Amino acid sequence: MPLLKDGRLVEDKWQRLEEHEVVPTEGAVIIDLERWQVERENLKGRAAPLGLLLMPGQSPEEIADDLSQFDLIALAFPAFKDGRAYSYARILRERLGFTGELRAVGEVLQDQLFFMARVGFDAFEVNERTSEGDFAAEMAKFPAVYQPSSCGENTVFARRHGARLVEAAE
Amino acid sequence: MYRYDEFDQSLVDARVTEFRGQVARRLAGDITEDEFKPLRLMNGLYLQLHAYMLRVAIPYGTFNSRQMHMLAEIARKYDKGYGHFTTRQNIQYNWLKLDDVPDLLADLASVEMHAIQTSGNCIRNTTSDQYAGAAADEIEDPRPTCEIIRQWSTFHPEFSFLPRKFKIAVTGAPKDRAAVQIHDIGIQIVENNKGEVGYSIFVGGGLGRTPMVGKHIRAFLPRQDLLAYLEAIMRVYNMLGRRDNIYKARIKILVHEASAAEFTRLVEEEFEKIDQTKLMALPEEELDRIAAYFAAPEFETLGPCPAEHLEALDRDRDFALWVKANVVPHKVPGYAIANISLKPIGGVPGDITSDQMDGVAELAKDYSFDEIRATHEQNLVLPHVRERDLYAIWQRLKALELATANIGLVSDIIACPGLDYCNLANARSIPVAQLISERFAELDRQHDIGELKIKISGCINACGHHHVGHIGILGVDRKGEEYYQITLGGSADENTRLGDITGPSFPYDKVVDAVETLVTTYVDLRQSGETFLQTYARVGLAPFKENLYAAA
Repeated sequence: MPLLKDGRLVEDKWQRLEEHEVVPTEGAVIIDLERWQVERENLKGRAAPLGLLLMPGQSPEEIADDLSQFDLIALAFPAFKDGRAYSYARILRERLGFTGELRAVGEVLQDQLFFMARVGFDAFEVNERTSEGDFAAEMAKFPAVYQPSSCGENTVFARRHGARLVEAAE
Repeated sequence: MYRYDEFDQSLVDARVTEFRGQVARRLAGDITEDEFKPLRLMNGLYLQLHAYMLRVAIPYGTFNSRQMHMLAEIARKYDKGYGHFTTRQNIQYNWLKLDDVPDLLADLASVEMHAIQTSGNCIRNTTSDQYAGAAADEIEDPRPTCEIIRQWSTFHPEFSFLPRKFKIAVTGAPKDRAAVQIHDIGIQIVENNKGEVGYSIFVGGGLGRTPMVGKHIRAFLPRQDLLAYLEAIMRVYNMLGRRDNIYKARIKILVHEASAAEFTRLVEEEFEKIDQTKLMALPEEELDRIAAYFAAPEFETLGPCPAEHLEALDRDRDFALWVKANVVPHKVPGYAIANISLKPIGGVPGDITSDQMDGVAELAKDYSFDEIRATHEQNLVLPHVRERDLYAIWQRLKALELATANIGLVSDIIACPGLDYCNLANARSIPVAQLISERFAELDRQHDIGELKIKISGCINACGHHHVGHIGILGVDRKGEEYYQITLGGSADENTRLGDITGPSFPYDKVVDAVETLVTTYVDLRQSGETFLQTYARVGLAPFKENLYAAA
């Protein structure tokens, strides 16, 4: 799968581990929640980067206390219609303060990239048809937003009155 | 009413541009129908039995003459010269060609209208009381709240791929004309004992194959907490609502399966966490800005009922019957609310021609401060007319063939499009409504029967709200034949109640007789001044059932 990170098609240095594979000592790997729950004590403090894949139904609030262990969280969209990860992304960014890479994996369609970026995703495993130009066009699709979200963009409500809603909250 | 500023306009324009690109990709064969489907559904475009159908949002049912003229023009230019008002205060066009739709959306955008989120698993058009800003019993005009919800829910990044569609209704009066308890979220504006205005919240109402009345989860929500609380409800639903079965995906199933108490606890817990960020509290000046658009028009100081109006009532019986059925009191002395029935005897409920639309637009401009309302009962309203102008308005409505005097009466029937248009339907709805209204055409008899709401759905999805009809009629398929199941005693007001099934269903050619039997039974049993619903509440199902199945 091509990887779009911060708007660029980049090489993916992360390896997604299958169930039967042993976690290597070297290299950036993404593991699933089941493995983390079983091998937590061994994996804590792993020197090389560690990433976690969460499926729909696996809320990030369940691993809130372990979040500092992960450099990357991948949220799965098994089907584009399954929108649970949009909520998980906002919880990770806005509530749990996760600052690592937040990656969308699964059925990630071009027409959804704008929403995904707004809730805090900064990396996207896209299909072969999606180019950097498509991504840029999607990001520029709407000139304004109504809702405060993880992206921190000023809302229409705030822009109308020349105030930064986000700053006002701090 | 609300006017777009440059931000609102830029978003609607951007949507037109986006959709034009998507249609071009589809027509060029770059994307398949399967890939195109979710994109067109985001823009209210359905593929129906015979053609494309577009659903245009009329936010909270409020629009003006310029917009109505454009709706008329669109029907002429791209459709067959008529449109159809729905139970969600929207208008639908039934006979469109795909390559026309981008131009149609651009025409809509030129009058500050759109079809955004009129389909798909997202937050749909917010509906409200058609008498907002005019009703005497109102605590507060619900439209500023509706407009805030419209903006907040438009292109919401977190809630555009919900388990299922999501409908919010708001009422500002204790008398509920917006059917809030049959919505996913129902909001009632209330005043607490300190004199502060806030919101009372219902969740999990809905019809369809599992009808449920909304559960009351919050008695008083302070005004500034509205969006945070809505986000809490939406987030709990987005994360926990069922996605394994389309028929169990609405929020009502989640509320039911979790229990109202547990669902409330989850929402309150989420609300506390969201509230800490304060991100969702709207700036005071923004609340004021939006409310200012809904300031009352400059009503004149008028005395009580003018003599010429009373004379016209005396002189012209047809006019008097129209006033009796279609005109309701206004909060300002000397003014009235005039309903325009889209239920002519033998007509298609909710249908209106382009010429009629133009006529209504002109009436609104001449007599109603340029305001029109669409109702969830598929009628229109001129919300602010002077009593003394009623006779002139009525004469012009008569010329437009829009003066049917039947609001709330037996022939004012809600019907879904049914098998004549819809690819979900099991049976026809429109012809059943037409036959019933023809049977009860005689106006004196309708007035004698009094308030009686008949609602007809052509399938179990219940777009015609049959569960909450005083008499509900549901089309079912029995071995390829159209049959109709009847329910009694439903209601969608502040005392919302689901109707009781009478028994075995009736074939197409026996439905009207069955309705007549029910009406006759009521007339025989009623005590002085009792409506159909009151009689039903007193005597129950048994006597109706007995007469209905006596012949069988």
